[in-house]
Amino acid sequence: MKSVAARKFKDTLATWFFCAAEAALVLLIVCVAYFIFREGHGVLSWNFITEAPSDGMTSGGVFTPLIGTIQLVAVSMLAAIPIGVAAGLYFAEYSSGGRLADLLRLSIRSLAGVPSVIFGLFGLSLFVVFMHFGSCLLSAGLTLACLSLPLIVTASEQAFLAVPQDYRDASYALGATKWQTITRVVLPSAAPTIITGAILSIGRVAGETAPIMFTGAAYFAPDVAKSVFSQVMALPYHIYVLATSSTDVNATRPIQYGAIIVLLAFVLGVSAVGVAARAKLEARNGR
Amino acid sequence: MEGINTQISTRNLELYYGQARVLKNISFDIGEKTVTAFIGPSGCGKSSFLRCLNRMNDFIPQAHVTGSIEFDGVDILSPSLDVISLRRKVGMVFQKPNPFPMSIYDNVAYGPRLNGVKSKTELDDTVERSLKGAALWDEVKDKLSSSGVGLSGGQQQRLCIARAIATQPQVLLMDEPTSALDPMGTARIEELVRDLKGLYTVVIVTHNMQQAARISDYTAFFLLGELVEYGRTAKMFTSPSDKRTEDYISGRFG
Amino acid sequence: MDVINTRKRLEADLGALKRMIFRMGRMSSEALERSVTALKERDAAMAKAVLDDDDIIDDLEDAVDNGCMEFAARYQPLGEDLRVVVSLMHIAVDLERIADYGGNIAKTAIELAPKEPMKPLIDIPRMVENIAEMLEKCMTALDARSPETAMEVFPMDDEVDDLEKQILREMFLLVMEKPERIEQSFSLMNISRTLERAGDHVTNVAERIAYMYTGKTVRASQYRRKLEN
Repeated sequence: MKSVAARKFKDTLATWFFCAAEAALVLLIVCVAYFIFREGHGVLSWNFITEAPSDGMTSGGVFTPLIGTIQLVAVSMLAAIPIGVAAGLYFAEYSSGGRLADLLRLSIRSLAGVPSVIFGLFGLSLFVVFMHFGSCLLSAGLTLACLSLPLIVTASEQAFLAVPQDYRDASYALGATKWQTITRVVLPSAAPTIITGAILSIGRVAGETAPIMFTGAAYFAPDVAKSVFSQVMALPYHIYVLATSSTDVNATRPIQYGAIIVLLAFVLGVSAVGVAARAKLEARNGR
Repeated sequence: MEGINTQISTRNLELYYGQARVLKNISFDIGEKTVTAFIGPSGCGKSSFLRCLNRMNDFIPQAHVTGSIEFDGVDILSPSLDVISLRRKVGMVFQKPNPFPMSIYDNVAYGPRLNGVKSKTELDDTVERSLKGAALWDEVKDKLSSSGVGLSGGQQQRLCIARAIATQPQVLLMDEPTSALDPMGTARIEELVRDLKGLYTVVIVTHNMQQAARISDYTAFFLLGELVEYGRTAKMFTSPSDKRTEDYISGRFG
Repeated sequence: MDVINTRKRLEADLGALKRMIFRMGRMSSEALERSVTALKERDAAMAKAVLDDDDIIDDLEDAVDNGCMEFAARYQPLGEDLRVVVSLMHIAVDLERIADYGGNIAKTAIELAPKEPMKPLIDIPRMVENIAEMLEKCMTALDARSPETAMEVFPMDDEVDDLEKQILREMFLLVMEKPERIEQSFSLMNISRTLERAGDHVTNVAERIAYMYTGKTVRASQYRRKLEN
């Protein structure tokens, strides 16, 4: 009798504890969101998004940084996704699992924990200086690609490994080659998970400041970048700039928070598109 | 075998997984357009032998084979054999139904598309013919674009059979095709096998002796890698020649 | 473990079916022997007892029939088990027929009881002795799982047939001597014909037992004296 009551009590206690933790988390998010929104909602308008910064960035919009961020995401994903998926494919389908493969895998996982500023310095040495690209969209994009590779490689590898061996067996038994099996069965089946990895990468890449500071982000650019060799403005860097070297704090604070909102909206927007695409693929796969 | 052409002729087949000798000196013939059942306790080598017939053992790195298996006069164990075209002539259905996560149409069209068939009318005909051959057409003809994974277990297995016969193979290998199905699904597949007999040479691995007795013309009994006895099913199950066969079919050991 | 227990149960059930056959064999043999004894000793009461017991044997045959069907449904037997259970059903039919013959002889015994025997019975009891020995040999063969023992029955049936012919010849002579003996002679000839058929049924039983344990069809005619033309 006594032990049942005691167990029930513990159960209730635990449930309340977890609920409280959850509530604390929600409270935190709500506070942050509220704070940002309160500070920044004033400047939000269509003009905010379509106008470039002006007057030493004390007024105007965030058009150039927004486009810059979009361009950075595009360049980095164009580089990272093919390489990352191919690497994941190598680990999952082609490597015979020896010491070399384990070492490579360990290295890639370790890279995931490297602070982003290190990537920035790496990008500076390799792309800006050694390869003579200079500080530009290309260098910054490639640096961001390096940053997101570990995530994409790991997600791809996991995605490929999660494809049941049954499918491969059936494909081979029908007379398919390894390559045909990969392109017609394994890749389509793994696509939803890979897309998840890509979405997460985009989220991270869009918000990184340190890697792009030395490699291509500009304090101010009069116009949107027209070539990969031009410098770009970027939302996270812009927010940093507004926060630290503003000439008129009162004027720039709302812009700063407004930029934050735009950045968050962008990331959320891309994620939503990605989730929708993944759902559609999963439906086609029948899961 | 009187009156029946030999389709697959095995001689002195030995299969090793690393050091372990999995198949010992197997020699026998499988007749054209017959149903042959492989029976025997778990681990006796019957599935391993089945996988030799379409070279699926190639995917096991430590697998090593000697001897010969002649299929229509060609030794299929030869390293220079075009394994891809062998697998188009020898279809396989697995124990756990494994349709691709694609539409029913794409599942069945997979094999022909691998062969380079692109014409939509040709593919439509093939899909219809194969699904009819697998006794599944009526149930799915209105939902060919829906996912194959959404079908019931028995339907999925029939889909896998349709997929396998879409390339018009000569031989159909079935590895315990009904183990994962309920009695109704099992009965349907057995009925199907009887229908397929006139068109394909069927080799079916089963651990259910009554099933072997129901649907096969010839039965081969494997034990610990050896082929103990092989002959007409009716005789094998009423008066087998080897005592080990008698003991196995009477349930003296599992 | 599961498999071994099922095997044990199967063998126990099969053993029970065989025991029913043993009982039928004994009772059919007794029916023949007692009916002939009743005839010999003009004992109508004994003959009546034979007729009463016939019901028991019929019930046993039904029991074997049902028991074999249930066995087949439960165990889906294969190989020797299958041959045994199917053959036991056939054997039960033969044994029941033999018992019926005993009943027929008993009826004749009752009819003849009030009448004076025209001669002492010698050959008819000898036939019954042979048949009883053949039946016992069959039951031994079944118990010992020995097809060779069963096959020893075949030449014994030749002796039974010989005895029947001998009785026929004797009856003809007796009737020719004294035509009024025809009624009794007729009855005795019927009885010897009935016993000859009983012997054939025992031969059938032996054939089935030999098939059961060899897996090959065995024909008694291969092992008996050939017919001279």
